[in-house]
Amino acid sequence: MTSSTATTQTVFAEQFREFIKGETNDAVRAMREQAFASFTASGFPTPKNEDWKYTNVASLVSGQWSVACGQSQELTPADVEIARRFGVDRNGFAALNLAFGEIKVIRIAKDTSIAEPFELNFAAAENTAIFPHILVIAETGSKATIIESYASQTKSFTNAAVQVIVEDNASVTHYRVQKDGAEAFNIGTTEVSLGRDSRYDSTNINLGAAISRHDIDLKFTAEGGEAWVDGLYMLGGRQHSDTHSVIDHTVPNCVSHQTYKGVLNDHSRGVFNGKVFVRENAHGTDAQQSNKNLLLSNDARVDTKPQLEIFNDDVKCSHGATVGQLEEEELFYLLTRGLPETLAKNLLTYGFAEAIIRKIGIESIKTDLDAAVLNRLSVKLEV
Amino acid sequence: MLLEVKDLHAGIDGKEILKGLNLQVKKGEVHAIMGPNGSGKSTLSKVLAGHPSYGVISGEVLYEGKNLLELEPDERAREGVFMAFQYPVEVPGVSNSQFLRLAYNQKALHHGREELDPLEFNDYLKEKAKIVDMDPQFFKRSVNEGFSGGEKKRNEILQMAVLEPKLAILDETDSGLDIDALRIVAEGVNKLRSPDNAIILVTHYQRLLNFIVPDMVHVLANGRIVKEGGKELALELEEKGYDWVKGAANAN
Ligand SMILES: Nc1ncnc2c1ncn2[C@@H]1O[C@H](COP(=O)(O)OP(=O)(O)O)[C@@H](O)[C@H]1O
Ligand SMILES: [Mg+2]
Repeated sequence: MTSSTATTQTVFAEQFREFIKGETNDAVRAMREQAFASFTASGFPTPKNEDWKYTNVASLVSGQWSVACGQSQELTPADVEIARRFGVDRNGFAALNLAFGEIKVIRIAKDTSIAEPFELNFAAAENTAIFPHILVIAETGSKATIIESYASQTKSFTNAAVQVIVEDNASVTHYRVQKDGAEAFNIGTTEVSLGRDSRYDSTNINLGAAISRHDIDLKFTAEGGEAWVDGLYMLGGRQHSDTHSVIDHTVPNCVSHQTYKGVLNDHSRGVFNGKVFVRENAHGTDAQQSNKNLLLSNDARVDTKPQLEIFNDDVKCSHGATVGQLEEEELFYLLTRGLPETLAKNLLTYGFAEAIIRKIGIESIKTDLDAAVLNRLSVKLEV
Repeated sequence: MLLEVKDLHAGIDGKEILKGLNLQVKKGEVHAIMGPNGSGKSTLSKVLAGHPSYGVISGEVLYEGKNLLELEPDERAREGVFMAFQYPVEVPGVSNSQFLRLAYNQKALHHGREELDPLEFNDYLKEKAKIVDMDPQFFKRSVNEGFSGGEKKRNEILQMAVLEPKLAILDETDSGLDIDALRIVAEGVNKLRSPDNAIILVTHYQRLLNFIVPDMVHVLANGRIVKEGGKELALELEEKGYDWVKGAANAN
């Protein structure tokens, strides 16, 4: 451990001692103290850790962050029980998140369908660290949409977590849009568990931040579940974005779809690590995974590792990853229609990314993302 | 003269495919280039459109009296050269109307004409779509993505209609079309025929020429024009088969 991370840990420890004094709920206090102890024990991950091999967070953990925590809401014992299940042993960030977590609960009552999406917007002020922690519980037969978005403008540290429980026959659509500024750090964890015949559809967009890391951990706990875990990272400058995803088929007859796309320009770097487990008794599993990357510059780089681990024969699985440049024939086609080369390339890049944005069911977000992507590519494309 | 190809030698990967090709096309004319598979028809089309993989070894191509070969493909397009692809390319994620408006406006900009906003363009596009009897639902769809072979070919002619080229090279636009689709596409091309433009129809089969009657027919074999004549030549060729001209090619 370097001395600067040690100092950072000390700074967090001092802030935690103050922070925990304000915790009035005994169960929650115990949970936070345990989480902080876990953080103290593990510290921040370093590239020596296999899961952090490509993502060096030294510049983040050497920062002096002042914890900015709002009031958590009043938690019921059931809420606490769920929060306690959060995987603090995943890494120091997850532990730190739960220790300071500003916990908010979204509970969708049994058999209710909520048309209006829940919008959660986060932005950290300069030199602060924020720790949003959201519990989404979609009770049996319910239906809801969550929009989680990040837009920190300055140098700051967001360390967020969302736990989603999709109970039997429930359906959750989840959009996560990370558009932090170029100096921000964004660490996020999403844990999802799916009940019988439930449905979880997520789209994860990473456009911003100096360093961003998103861990997704999805588990089918009963038969008949179906999940989409899709995403896009579009990077430029010296941006670094890392997605680590685990989709765990522990039970029979569930379906998972994963399409992640990356567009990397300048000196940016992307990491995609997607594990799909099909456990021994998970017959009838249908799992598809793909990660496609477009490198727009010779200095950009992507490390992609789709991993499929199958312990059952009666399954339908496919996975694959590609890293490439724009197709020459597609480019030529656009040129022969009179589009100048730069515009043609940008239009093809937009088309590549749009395949992910297209599935977003909320017009305002879609339009906003289209605009963000087009703006980055300097294409004027109103329709 | 709109297009003059003089003793053109061109190829790919060091392999010579066009071996001294000559062709002259005037405004208002329709020329058919016929030839067996592998004779170099698509190569000629792509060289004229400026495909980067094809290299010109020697010879000249003049378009409106200027050297066409020194222009980039997009410059050629904005100057009025259009090629309908034998195998149109799919462009996922970009809608037909977005794409066509960008292309239209790039050309308008180049010629100092006014650009069209999305609403204006939509009206313009609807008019043009009638030429190839195209359903406006295709405007919103990604360019050629999931289109049938016939729909792709129709889409090529729609692009031609929108861009109003001076020189259109249609590379086997008839291939893969059933008779009804062929008729629609051919009628579309006939509507676009004008004294101000010229069309080069590249085809393997004579049947397209029943619908679009050419002023001249050139027979390409082994990288050279081996026979030229009026529209009757196509019928003669149909009757006698390509072996008739292959002999001529080999004799040269
Ligand atoms: N990309 C390529 N690489 C190598 N040879 C090619 C390529 N494209 C075409 N050729 C060869 O050039 C010749 C002419 O092809 P082409 O112009 O496509 O003919 P046509 O369109 O008349 O069928 C053929 O022998 C073909 O095999
Ligand atoms: Mg051909």
